[in-house]
Amino acid sequence: MLMSHIGKYFIFLGTLFTNREKAGVYYRLVMDECISIGIRSIFIVSIVSTFIGAVTCVQTAYNLVSPLVPLYIISVIVRDSTILELAPTITSIVLAGKVGSNIAGQLGTMRITEQIDALEVIGINSSSYLVLPKVIAAMLMFPLLVILAGFLSIWGGYIAGTLADIITPQDYIFGLRSGFNTFSVPFAIIKSVVFAFLIATISAYQGYNARGGALEVGNASTTAVTNSCIAVLAADFLLAQLLL
Amino acid sequence: MLEIKNISKTFGDRQVLYDISGSFRPGQTSLIIGGSGTGKSVLLKCMIGLVKPDSGEVLYDGRNFLADNEEEQKVIRREMGVLFQGSALFDSKTVLENVRFPLDMLTDMSAGEKNERAQVCLQRVGLEGAGDRMPSEISGGMKKRVGIARAIVLNPKYLFCDEPNSGLDPLTSIKIDQLIKEITDEYQITTIVITHDMNSMLEIGEKIIFLYQGKKLWEGDSDSIVHSTIPELNDFIYANKLLREMEK
Ligand SMILES: Nc1ncnc2c1ncn2[C@@H]1O[C@H](COP(=O)(O)OP(=O)(O)OP(=O)(O)O)[C@@H](O)[C@H]1O
Ligand SMILES: [Mg+2]
Repeated sequence: MLMSHIGKYFIFLGTLFTNREKAGVYYRLVMDECISIGIRSIFIVSIVSTFIGAVTCVQTAYNLVSPLVPLYIISVIVRDSTILELAPTITSIVLAGKVGSNIAGQLGTMRITEQIDALEVIGINSSSYLVLPKVIAAMLMFPLLVILAGFLSIWGGYIAGTLADIITPQDYIFGLRSGFNTFSVPFAIIKSVVFAFLIATISAYQGYNARGGALEVGNASTTAVTNSCIAVLAADFLLAQLLL
Repeated sequence: MLEIKNISKTFGDRQVLYDISGSFRPGQTSLIIGGSGTGKSVLLKCMIGLVKPDSGEVLYDGRNFLADNEEEQKVIRREMGVLFQGSALFDSKTVLENVRFPLDMLTDMSAGEKNERAQVCLQRVGLEGAGDRMPSEISGGMKKRVGIARAIVLNPKYLFCDEPNSGLDPLTSIKIDQLIKEITDEYQITTIVITHDMNSMLEIGEKIIFLYQGKKLWEGDSDSIVHSTIPELNDFIYANKLLREMEK
């Protein structure tokens, strides 16, 4: 059962790239999807990442009881844990919920209301026409959202740390600048691109293959989100093993 | 001339269509009738290439649609228009964009020409003012008409309508039927309509095929249908109490 789903998923991926429409057709579709996937997610990503930074800062300070450890270590930890892990992964998990359910719901509705059939009838490869723009847009937008999330987490940590008198602004900035491993930024971006591909394609696969009625579309959305989250976490682990 | 030959289709272990043949002439509205779940939509989907039959042929003026010749399929697809059971309008596009969509995707016309052509089709179905509305803002009957406008925008030689008047009031149904019949006459289209509406059968059915549990049980015209001697067909058309009394 699982294997047959995975096989069908890969066949589905194949259909995205065969027999496409002219490139010009995709340009506007990708732009529209960038708005729906990227711009409309800025708000939720901002909120989540600011709080994650704040919480990381406060909790790290709470765990650092030894007076021997200098305070600027707090911001080193905030910086490294958010850029490496929390910004890309938590952002992607949040987006799996928001973008994944949106993609699955939209495609599922198009399937059961025969809109996909209507595309096929005039000879359009519906999977590539509908899904490819979403995948491309997600792969363009997720890295930007993750970069935003990285900045905001560090800023959230700064605000929380200084307002709660945990750390001075000077120490926080000093910590941010000390011993920075520059690979963590490209690593976060690589992760976000991989997660974007997984979330967009898995959700699209669920929606595109929905059959029946509103109930099935709802189920497809739920499955899309669960499967996307699992895939993101599995990929997170694999990428850490491979690249770090 | 559209011909289907010996179409059979099985889903899993359930056979839905049994060896169905028939032919449909240009300028004529042919009806496929039958109860719910007898395979009418599946037969239509076999004809338009959305479902691949297990066996059988679909010939568009002699051209075999199911033979794996993609170029030829594309040509034939350009010649057909389909109105789906639920209208199937793209809900992210306005009414005008919906009608224009096949032109956008399949022709090299300029934007002005495309808009003009789309407007003509909207006018033809009596919706000239509704171009800027979204599908969610218009009624079911209007959706069907937009669906018809979209189906005829490429000047099809073959028009397929899956239950064009399900869910509509009797008067609107008749108007939609008349519209389909007029368009068929006007452009000499080969039109195939799925319906289980008695009014449609008597009004526009120049040729009628009756499906029962996936088999073709009867074929004829609207005059002879009331004199048929097939019990399944009689049960179907005289399900209505009024008609049953009229028969007696
Ligand atoms: N893709 C599919 N997979 C499996 N079974 C299917 C599929 N499509 C249709 N069927 C089955 O085929 C049978 C015929 O369905 P079809 O949609 O053709 O009925 P219909 O005659 O159009 O009915 P209605 O008048 O209610 O639209 C049904 O029992 C349906 O469950
Ligand atoms: Mg049907």
